[in-house]
Amino acid sequence: MTTPPNMTSTEYSEVEERISIASQRQLIWWRFKRHKIALIATSIVIAFYLVVIFADFLATGNPSDSEAFRGLMPIQRLHFFDGLKPDMHVCAVSGERDFKTFKRVYETDCDNKIDVRFLAKGYGYRLFGFIPTDRHLIGMSDSSLKSEEYIFLLGTDKQGRDMYSRLIFATRVSLSISLIGVVLSIILGIVLGAVSGYYGGLMDNIIQRLIEIVRSVPTIPLYMGMAAAFPPDWSIVRIYFAITIIISLFAWTDLARVVRGRFLGLRYEEFVTAAKVAGASERRIIFRHMLPSFYSHIIAAASLALPLMIISETTLSFLGLGLRPPAISWGVLLKDAQNVQTIALSPWLLLPAVPVIVAILSLNFMGDGLRDAADPYSDS
Amino acid sequence: MNDGQTYDRQQITQEEVLLDVRNLKKYFPIHKGFLRREVGSVRAVDDVSFKIYKGETVSLVGESGCGKTTISRCIVRALDPTSGEISYSGEDRDPVDLATISQSSFRSFRKEIQMIFQDPFSSLNPRMTIFEIIGEPLLVNNLGNREERQTRVSELLSEVGLPQEYMQRFPHAFSGGQRQRIGIARALAPQPRLIIADEPVSGLDVSVQAQVINLMMDLQDRFELTYLFVSHDLSVVNQISDRVIVMYVGKIVETGPPQELFKNPKHPYTAALISSLPKPDPAQRTAREALEGEIANPASPPQGCYFHPRCPFAVEICKTEAPELKEIKPGRHVSCHRAEELSLEGIPSINEN
Amino acid sequence: MSTDQENQVTETPLLSVKDLTTHFFTSEGIVRAVEGASFQIKAGRTLGIVGESGCGKSVAAKSILQLIDRPGRIVGGEVIYSSPQSGSSENLLDFTPTSERMRRFRGGVVSMIFQEPMTSFSPVHTIGNQITEAIRIHSDLSKTESSELAVDWLQKVGIPNPEQSMNEYPDQFSGGQRQRAMIAMALCTNPSMLIADEPTTALDVTTQAQILELLKELAVQNNMATLFITHDLGVIAEIADDVAVMYLGQVVETAPVEEIFSDPKHPYTKALMTSIPTIYALPRQRLPSISGAIPHPQNRPGGCPFHPRCPSFIEGICNTGVPLLTEFNDSNNVRCFLYEASQ
Repeated sequence: MTTPPNMTSTEYSEVEERISIASQRQLIWWRFKRHKIALIATSIVIAFYLVVIFADFLATGNPSDSEAFRGLMPIQRLHFFDGLKPDMHVCAVSGERDFKTFKRVYETDCDNKIDVRFLAKGYGYRLFGFIPTDRHLIGMSDSSLKSEEYIFLLGTDKQGRDMYSRLIFATRVSLSISLIGVVLSIILGIVLGAVSGYYGGLMDNIIQRLIEIVRSVPTIPLYMGMAAAFPPDWSIVRIYFAITIIISLFAWTDLARVVRGRFLGLRYEEFVTAAKVAGASERRIIFRHMLPSFYSHIIAAASLALPLMIISETTLSFLGLGLRPPAISWGVLLKDAQNVQTIALSPWLLLPAVPVIVAILSLNFMGDGLRDAADPYSDS
Repeated sequence: MNDGQTYDRQQITQEEVLLDVRNLKKYFPIHKGFLRREVGSVRAVDDVSFKIYKGETVSLVGESGCGKTTISRCIVRALDPTSGEISYSGEDRDPVDLATISQSSFRSFRKEIQMIFQDPFSSLNPRMTIFEIIGEPLLVNNLGNREERQTRVSELLSEVGLPQEYMQRFPHAFSGGQRQRIGIARALAPQPRLIIADEPVSGLDVSVQAQVINLMMDLQDRFELTYLFVSHDLSVVNQISDRVIVMYVGKIVETGPPQELFKNPKHPYTAALISSLPKPDPAQRTAREALEGEIANPASPPQGCYFHPRCPFAVEICKTEAPELKEIKPGRHVSCHRAEELSLEGIPSINEN
Repeated sequence: MSTDQENQVTETPLLSVKDLTTHFFTSEGIVRAVEGASFQIKAGRTLGIVGESGCGKSVAAKSILQLIDRPGRIVGGEVIYSSPQSGSSENLLDFTPTSERMRRFRGGVVSMIFQEPMTSFSPVHTIGNQITEAIRIHSDLSKTESSELAVDWLQKVGIPNPEQSMNEYPDQFSGGQRQRAMIAMALCTNPSMLIADEPTTALDVTTQAQILELLKELAVQNNMATLFITHDLGVIAEIADDVAVMYLGQVVETAPVEEIFSDPKHPYTKALMTSIPTIYALPRQRLPSISGAIPHPQNRPGGCPFHPRCPSFIEGICNTGVPLLTEFNDSNNVRCFLYEASQ
């Protein structure tokens, strides 16, 4: 009855076929694909999280290995060719103390090449937490494994620790704290937002006022107070989790408001009334009918909350209120760069700022793209 | 059933009352000010009583603010009435007052009372397949396992004239007319006795309206359904109803069979509605006296008869005393002080060619 | 204006639209919203364009005023405006949408009112402010004079307490009053033509009747031509002098209003007439309906756009070519192979 009488159904429905079988998710994906910047940003974000998973594999050396005599070494550039011959290597660097200034001075000696190869042997670790191995992405080839030779792709810090490896591990810590924090705040945000929006009335009032109180607390003094309150005997891991929980206790409010708003709107959608009339229970209405329209918004809100988390953690650690050495995070690394000497003499110590900026920008673009793609019905 | 033929309505005897609405009221409080005090109420439904007999199509017709949609929502308890009774006589059961039972007790009646919605674009969950949408009433009322539901949904799709392969598709793929058919299939799924149709064709193209109206009449014939049809469109109401109830600002002003009502209106508002309707016949174009003024505000209706400020026939009593709904002939009710004496103009008695 | 009063139906139409083609270039494909539509609007008369969704009537009207935004573009055709005062004709599509000529044209020569008045008014300016602005853009009147004229117009359209209403905001008006205010704003510049795009569709029946009466009165008073767009055949019967029926972007039939109803020629027009519910019919009759559904605008059928649903379909002819316009006389034409054969 719907295929017109004078046309075959194949003629009529070729284009329609493709669009009509597409589920909501596919529609969102098609819309997302059109947003080129968001696609690029998403691949960058994926790359970052691959770093989180493969941190050990990507590092060249143990990040906490410190040797005073190789403090503040400059970047050892990775060369791929020796003249015209393909030969991955770095130039050896030797240093000695200048007796007048008592500073270490370094010289690059390119006649002395240190061969570098992929999948080199390095320190041992467990891949994914259970596969023991000692292979790393890049490292010195076995023939050059002498203790005076080293490869510092991004130089070293004051205590002679490999900046490149420290940066990799800092990425792992910073991004995972923020992810856990976001997950926690999503849970809080959804639950409180849903209760607020679905039931309305007094419940809604109380929760909204709570949100306002939480938002009006000035965070830095609060964090300072909390930092002072951490018992000094707490392990790094404990402090890590405590910080995560504290940050997420303040970050859920945005999501809660979004969720509440959507619930309020959805309550009056006709398909919700239709479900009620069909006989659906309240639980089914909330979980099967209302919540699914949120998933894309939640993902979008989450990817926009991540940068905030990253900044929170980085700021806290930068100020000395969050993670402290020997823990490694972007904020901790940047704390070491808080002086004129760094800018003047060892600018490579400022490099941790780069992944912070790139990560935040990428997450923002990705979140924007997701948010725009998430509502295909806004203009259909 | 062929085009142009008339459905046999002989079997509609007004014997069995399916729904008996008595003194139904729904007031929405208005809150103003910083402390949200209640300063008044919108009288959406203001003391409405009517009966629906098994097998018939009763239409509630009126303009915006008349309360017809609110009544339909109260019957399915999407809204809770402020006061009044909605007495429903289920299959082999004693009448139950739907207005006062709890939401959870109401759930056992859900499969008998279903609804078709106005907006085909927002009444289907965009994230569910057609199978899930049509099958939902079956699922939530435990009417069969997955296989049985699939069979039933298949059946329903053919009843409403949609191909089987549509089951796995999503609503966004379909036109307004097709979506409305899906909505009808959903309403039919649990084999209801009463279907409340809330402006089911208002959002559709003209050429599609006829298809859906025909479908609804076919289905009523086949499944002995009873319809409460809510609409603002007098022409559609004429086409589909056995009885028409005209409403104005929360009250019933007149009831009767459609042609009788349109040829011999007894209430000035009904006459005004009829004369305001643009007739698809340029020969009928005369200088009309359009009704003056605006529809009364249900939050602050006029004293006495709500219609009196706009009524060309208003007299003193109309300003002070609200008229009662009286049965002037069997099946004809009017709520007007001057019903007996007025002679109002309806449509001319011409034969449709 | 006085010469036109003697000559209600002038020879040259005020606006002559020929083969207008407007396409929307979306990422999912080209939507051929208007595909070669032709119609004429004569001075002092009302042309009603009737059609269902996807027929292109709104897009055609907006194309006249070049109000088409990206991704839409007018890709062909002519919109010839013949000024009654000077007698000269020009093709409006020769001017760019933002040119001074078009800006003077819009509101000054041709005004437009829309279905949803709330969206044509700025919610943060008073009604009086907006009407006065319209007057001042198209005339040399001073602020006071424009204000007075605005009050005059509010009265003409039947808004109670016009002076007070000047200082009110659009959301304080009811639907019917907003529509009246929009009419005032459209007509205060004394245009020669009004385009009304479904102005009464969102209104109640009784309010609709008031607005239609108002429009008819004002058209006569100001000797104004009207292009009235609607999907409602009843409204067409009430207000139009001539009717153009559109389907999927083309005008399929044009005729004076009496003939469209008494003797429709195109199969679509005929089917439409018989399938609409009316208040005269016997209740519970099965309505004849047009089979099939309106195709998605990106799925235009080849050949005659109506052929998949046409009860008079001729295999081999109707699906292989687009029918040409068959003209019966100055005011009647049809696009259908059934009539092409007999010419």
